[in-house]
Amino acid sequence: MLLQLLLLAACLSVGLYAAVRLGADRASEATFDAVLGAAAGSLAEEVRVAEGGITVDLPPATFSMLSAMGEERIFYRVDVDGAPVTGYADLPLPEQLPTALAPSFYDANYRDTDVRIAAILRSIRIDGRAAPLLVLLAETRQGQGAIAARLGNRAAVLGLAIFLAAIPFSLYFARSFLSPIDRLAEAVGRRGARDLRPLRHPAPSELQPFVTALNSFIARLRGTLSQTETFLAEAAHHIRTPLTVMRNEAELALRQSGEEETRARLRGLIRAADESARSASQLLDHATVLYRAEQADWAEMDLAKLVRDLVERFRPAAEMRDISVRLEVRGTLPTRADPVLVEAALRNIIDNAVKYSAPDGLVEVMAEAVAGEARVTVMDRGRGLAGVVDQGLKRRFRRGANVSDVPGSGLGLTIVEEAAQAMGGSFAIGPREGGGTCAVFSLPLL
Amino acid sequence: MRFLLVEDNAELAASVAARLKLDGHAVDSAATLDEAEACLGVAGYDLILLDMMLPDGDGRDFLARHRKASRETPVIVMTARSAVTDRIDALDTGADDYVTKPFDFAELEARCRAVLRRRGGGAQTLRTYGDLTFDPLAATLAVGEERRELRSREVRLFELFLNAPERILSKEHLCDRLFSFSEPVSDNAIEVYVGRLRKKLAGSRARIETVRGLGYRLTGG
Ligand SMILES: Nc1ncnc2c1ncn2[C@@H]1O[C@H](COP(=O)(O)OP(=O)(O)O)[C@@H](O)[C@H]1O
Ligand SMILES: [Mg+2]
Repeated sequence: MLLQLLLLAACLSVGLYAAVRLGADRASEATFDAVLGAAAGSLAEEVRVAEGGITVDLPPATFSMLSAMGEERIFYRVDVDGAPVTGYADLPLPEQLPTALAPSFYDANYRDTDVRIAAILRSIRIDGRAAPLLVLLAETRQGQGAIAARLGNRAAVLGLAIFLAAIPFSLYFARSFLSPIDRLAEAVGRRGARDLRPLRHPAPSELQPFVTALNSFIARLRGTLSQTETFLAEAAHHIRTPLTVMRNEAELALRQSGEEETRARLRGLIRAADESARSASQLLDHATVLYRAEQADWAEMDLAKLVRDLVERFRPAAEMRDISVRLEVRGTLPTRADPVLVEAALRNIIDNAVKYSAPDGLVEVMAEAVAGEARVTVMDRGRGLAGVVDQGLKRRFRRGANVSDVPGSGLGLTIVEEAAQAMGGSFAIGPREGGGTCAVFSLPLL
Repeated sequence: MRFLLVEDNAELAASVAARLKLDGHAVDSAATLDEAEACLGVAGYDLILLDMMLPDGDGRDFLARHRKASRETPVIVMTARSAVTDRIDALDTGADDYVTKPFDFAELEARCRAVLRRRGGGAQTLRTYGDLTFDPLAATLAVGEERRELRSREVRLFELFLNAPERILSKEHLCDRLFSFSEPVSDNAIEVYVGRLRKKLAGSRARIETVRGLGYRLTGG
């Protein structure tokens, strides 16, 4: 864009120079000729017939007129009846004799210099008859060249000036034309991934169709996404509310019933309700993670704080089985991540550690900065991964052979892995030295 | 404890309230945020159980107002929505903790205790039995001058006995209260915990008796 404009300016400058140069040449030639013709005319007036021949008084006005044009030299020649009578007899004659009315002008080379010659034809009375009088006035052409050159130079300077002036103008025009596009692009680029408001940026009318198309796309996307989000929230609500009522009622009945057979059934009912709730949770968490991974809505956050809060929330649940959670975290661990994804991931890791530990066990959670990574390590002394490490545990619905009667859905590690990958982090789970399991979840440090 | 339960689903509210009352708590129910404000205007509560989606507004608004009015009552949010998002939101707006529906009541109580402990409540929750002083929040049992730390299950087990002194509690009943229903529990698991508790009671006049074929009983108060 800018290049094209500059090229155009350059072409215009060169064109201007050429035109001025040509015009200057013509104009100076015409001026010279007019002056030369007038001088030749006044010279012709001064030709007198006197005793013993023809005399010419060179009129001083004529020459001052001519010398005003520069440092020129003047030559003249007067012919009467076709024969030179005075002046420089070798001054070249015109190819065609001028008419009585208009002088003729021509270029010639005289004494090794370029001259311009004006020829004038008059008649003169000699001995009572009219004889043809031809007056030639020649002038060297340095002055005209100089003027033309001067004019040409001026034209060149002017052209260059125009070109130079065109640069900022081109820049300005290019920018003022491109800047609405740039601003639009910037406005779109600057948005968070979840910012799906329509674009309200001022745009020139040429860009309006583009903005309209973009906005209708954004609106459709927003519709789809909010449907997903609303659907997940509603689904959770619709599953959990009746499950809660069911579980509570079963527990009440269990408390009030003395019949062991009924009590066993009620326990079964509660177990089933818990299992449904857990599966629903995992499925919805998984859907949430997939959806949020897509949204890539990262923000600056402190992983250390999140781990601290999360462990604090987890403690009461772990303590239900007399499992202690030891937390070791110092300082801050700034990362760019989606706190919802991080929470989902860490919750599943810690949940496993608690779940697969025996009562009275100890789960250790460490958060630290290691080699440019914010690393969370969760270790337990539970049943461990003996024989199941290579069973593809991170795959959907995959559970290890070590689970025996521990309930679960097999989605936990899938969620962790997907969250880690979505945020450019990593996740590894393996046996811990001395028994148990060690899971490591890392995110790039800011 | 005295609970304020803010929940618009009548069935759910009734079952939660019934369940809490069964454990000896007092419960007032509010179906809307307005009702909740009205309740808070006339009575003091130890804890507020708050649903997030209510007909006259969002639980978050209530929390914001609650914090602004600098009322001290801790709030535990009951979420039923998209698990993770709602939890984070709730904590950001100043809830003390959350439980996801459906929740285990034993866990709810554990969370209430944790919240009250964090808030530094305490002295008024002390309970005595004979020469014993029991602090469920701090999880300690004092025999005379000597204080003993209890683990979570020991606290809950002792609370069960303390709520029904001199009454025989069956093994099944104790198991149901002490273990989660999805947890595999062996027959003698309860014996293990009763055994631990007896050690903590050593030196006191109070003791847990085995009533052969029926269960256990706390006596000596
Ligand atoms: N801390 C752990 N200790 C032992 N085994 C584990 C642990 N964490 C995960 N596993 C194994 O990985 C499998 C997959 O885990 P996950 O996806 O969370 O599913 P689940 O619902 O079974 O917990 C589990 O079934 C279990 O075999
Ligand atoms: Mg799991």
